[in-house]
Amino acid sequence: MYYKLALIFLVTLIYGGAYAENLISISRGAKIFEKCQVCHQIGEGAVNSLGPQLNDIFGRSAGDLPGVKYSKSMIQAGEKGLVWNSETLNSFIENPKRLIAKTQMSFRGLKKEDDRKNLLLYLSEFSQDGIKNKELEKSSKDKIHIVDPSILLIEGDLEYGEYLASECMTCHQRSDGDNGIPAINAWPTEDFVIVMHSYKKKLRLHPVMQMIAGRLTNEEIAALAAYFNYLK
Amino acid sequence: MKLNRRIFMGNGVIAATALSAPTVFADGYGKPRVVVIGGGAGGATAARYIAKDSKGKIDVTLIEPSRMYYTCFFSNLYLGGVKAIDDLGHSYGKMAAGGVNVVHDWAVGVDDDTKTVALASGGTLAYDKLILSPGIDFIDGAVEGWDLTSQNSMPHAYKGGSQTELLKAQLLSMPQGGTYAMVAPPNPYRCPPGPYERVSMVAHYLKYNNPTAKIIVADPKPKFSKQGLFQEGWAKHYDGMIEWISSDFGGGNVSVDPNAMTVSIDGEKVEVDVCNVIPAMKAGRIAELAGVTKGNFAPVNASDMSSKENADIYVLGDASHQGDMPKSGFSANSQAKVCANAIRGSLTGSKIFPAKFSNTCWSLVHENDGIKVGATYEATNEKIAKVGGFISATNESADLRKATYEESEGWYAGITADMFG
Repeated sequence: MYYKLALIFLVTLIYGGAYAENLISISRGAKIFEKCQVCHQIGEGAVNSLGPQLNDIFGRSAGDLPGVKYSKSMIQAGEKGLVWNSETLNSFIENPKRLIAKTQMSFRGLKKEDDRKNLLLYLSEFSQDGIKNKELEKSSKDKIHIVDPSILLIEGDLEYGEYLASECMTCHQRSDGDNGIPAINAWPTEDFVIVMHSYKKKLRLHPVMQMIAGRLTNEEIAALAAYFNYLK
Repeated sequence: MKLNRRIFMGNGVIAATALSAPTVFADGYGKPRVVVIGGGAGGATAARYIAKDSKGKIDVTLIEPSRMYYTCFFSNLYLGGVKAIDDLGHSYGKMAAGGVNVVHDWAVGVDDDTKTVALASGGTLAYDKLILSPGIDFIDGAVEGWDLTSQNSMPHAYKGGSQTELLKAQLLSMPQGGTYAMVAPPNPYRCPPGPYERVSMVAHYLKYNNPTAKIIVADPKPKFSKQGLFQEGWAKHYDGMIEWISSDFGGGNVSVDPNAMTVSIDGEKVEVDVCNVIPAMKAGRIAELAGVTKGNFAPVNASDMSSKENADIYVLGDASHQGDMPKSGFSANSQAKVCANAIRGSLTGSKIFPAKFSNTCWSLVHENDGIKVGATYEATNEKIAKVGGFISATNESADLRKATYEESEGWYAGITADMFG
């Protein structure tokens, strides 16, 4: 008995830090959800408040719940086929405005991947489809990334980026003009790469951008990101 | 360089011998020379990009007769009362600051032995590489009864500026309940200004100012681009106003009488108040004079837009026969960048990157009801080949349609800045 306890103590001592970091649990998710509770209800008797109630959020079309005052861009996203699943929710929660530019959800996002995993696990407890999602996650733990971290490390070729960027300049003005089409100069490199890959994977829904990003390689996206960052 | 530009800008009389004998001058004149004919979406973009990216290493001259360029894109929106004519006009004022010599003159001939371009004013310009981006001309006799001398009574409005203004003036003076006829072009045609967006915008004007008027479209084609989207919009916004007569119903069997203002469609004569004749098209005449056309257009290599007939001549935009891209300003602008990169590489040794092309065409069906179609393309040995694309769906929400229109405004601001600086 003492021997066993000592062993546990020893193991905890050695692996404790790393183990606690990586622990994905419903209770941790519940703790994180406290931030969301200002606007969102979940569980038995949950109703729409400032934001939509989140029971059965997995598998639900974006902007689809009657009686909720969604932004136009959220409704359009749903019309274009955005359905909430672990991948799309992960992207949205990481940086809401990056997925839905004009969303009314005024939340800066959860930057830590483990926080998002915990929260998604918690949310999935209240979704029928969530059970399927959880099983999926077990089989491929890292599917939840939009962009593999190694892609973010690719260094872009500035000269190639300048050439490729000429295609962007047909619509995106070099100046700050952004009537109808946003200016993209001086975007942080990492944001640029993630946004382009979100279009490539059709997580972001603009058809022109899906088309343009769809045929760019990882290296070409990195080159563009380097060039537009350089333009600041 | 400065002296050179002053001579060009001042009086259009060119010191031709000085230019064609670069060794006479110690510096400046030894640079490789690119001459661009035509200051539209293809030519202006190519000239600007070569000058900008070569950072003064290449001498770039743009030959363009007009001092103001009126875009064909958005010209239908002017007809529909959504845009003003001044919204469509752009000067070449910023081109010089971007390193481009602008010569306001007509190019009237190309001599590929001496590698010179002859100007209407009498001078010549020497080139190492020549870019032709002259747009379209009309095929003689394409519409029975119509030739260029009829263009004041039956305007084509297929070149920006005065023709567009003339058509608008005729639309405004139509009697109540009058008839507007369009003779639509066969494929391939320049677009914008799209014929079917034009029909929509004419209907938009008439709906509010002349609601009992009618529009007849005689079309030599059985179908057209974005047809489902347009016809959905016509039924929704202009119910009963537009009659589209396809080739299946004799729309291709047409003759016009500009003096009597009548149109005969499949043997049936109709009196009309406005007749917008858009004849079959061919490459702008200078392409023919340069000896690079085969049939109606100029075949090009997809990788760099060089002519298949002459390795030192490149053809951009509407005049080129390149494969799958439509004859749009967006396409010409896209081709110009590939061409500019290749020419710069061949003249200065800079890196030549692989060709990538894209196109998106927005159309306005009604105020705030925008639709779009687009595609990406790659260069194959045979042609510019379509890779993938998209098109707006029928039954989209009003918000999405409005966003699409706003996006087209953003694109207009973007591409005109990209062309003219």
